[in-house]
Amino acid sequence: MHKTYLQEEIIRMSGVNPSKCMRCGKCSASCPAYDEMEYHPHQFVNMVESGDIEPLLKSESLYKCLSCFACIERCPRGVEPAKLVEAVRLTAIRKQGANHMTANDVPALLDDEMPQQAIVSAFRKYSK
Amino acid sequence: MKVSYFPGCTLKNKAKDLDTYAYKSAEALGVTLEEIENWQCCGGVFTTAKNEVATKLSSVRALKEAAEKEQPLVTVCSACHNVIKQTNHAMQNEKEFADKVNRYMANETPYAGEAEVVHYLEMLRDMVGFDAVKEKVVNALTGKKIAAYYGCLLLRPSKVMQMDDAENPTIMEDLIAALGATPVVYAKRNECCGGYIAMESPELAKKNSNEVVENAKAAGAEMIITACPLCRYNLMKNGTDIPVVYFTELLAEALGVKEDTNA
Ligand code: SF4
Ligand code: SF4
Repeated sequence: MHKTYLQEEIIRMSGVNPSKCMRCGKCSASCPAYDEMEYHPHQFVNMVESGDIEPLLKSESLYKCLSCFACIERCPRGVEPAKLVEAVRLTAIRKQGANHMTANDVPALLDDEMPQQAIVSAFRKYSK
Repeated sequence: MKVSYFPGCTLKNKAKDLDTYAYKSAEALGVTLEEIENWQCCGGVFTTAKNEVATKLSSVRALKEAAEKEQPLVTVCSACHNVIKQTNHAMQNEKEFADKVNRYMANETPYAGEAEVVHYLEMLRDMVGFDAVKEKVVNALTGKKIAAYYGCLLLRPSKVMQMDDAENPTIMEDLIAALGATPVVYAKRNECCGGYIAMESPELAKKNSNEVVENAKAAGAEMIITACPLCRYNLMKNGTDIPVVYFTELLAEALGVKEDTNA
């Protein structure tokens, strides 16, 4: 099947081969953000495989992934779904003005105990 | 024994205890931590995309300095450890990425992942030895029931991290036992606390963290230990009524080098 440029780019930057997926759903069953996600890890895999990437690019699911690597660890086929989530997220936020979080948003989200680690991590995931 | 040491941003701010007690305990165990000069923040999370270069340079700088000194690079924070170890793995295994990094940094001798990244817990297990730790214990924590909370970043992805069995780890339980306490094993010890989602969706962090704490308590835990400032924050923030402390603090207490004047 002919692949779109976007699809090839996502596959290249993630290093993931979505056609290895056997659709067992273990990645989504392991995902601690499952309830918050519109598209679940196994759907990222299947939708990238079929080239249905636009809905993923627009989805808030990109910002719900916790980078816990559970889906990477537990996939019996070594598909590594979180790497696709990351590739789609970067494709979204690398566009000019498409940051999900900016420095101005931060003060309102802080409390006195919040470790620096939370802020730098969120920034790395949400903005470019 | 001298090792290179990468503390990271949080250990010099909100998680001073993790750092202070790491130094004190290392000293008591005959290990000198030599802090990397002008280290820069690791960024908190590893970006898995192969074409992300700039976000990984701070890790490569630290790795390169340790390699030049021919010392292992010791980390304490789970997040720093994960980022630096995954970056090193990429430098070893992803040629195109490594080439870009070396050109960007204008490295005369290209760096190819020669440094060894060792978490403080691994240093205790593999370089000092838990038996030697046990011999140095002056305040045995006898009778204390302590649950280890691993979270995500110490263990996963295990193909790269190679610290322990990602689904059935023992390294922190073995430390707890070496300090004379009783390790409490519970199902949620390697599930995610919610991490940085605490900023945007505190409710999700609350749900995840609560499940961890409740599960540990149901198994009989009187205290939880962790290596991660964000895990500690999330567990503390979300209603735990048992203490959550850094493993280095517990170690310092058992080794008799914890002074109340500090941190
Ligand atoms: S890495 Fe993201 S997608 Fe994968 S299990 Fe964790 S939260 Fe879910
Ligand atoms: S765990 Fe792996 S094989 Fe199973 S659905 Fe997820 S990606 Fe596919």
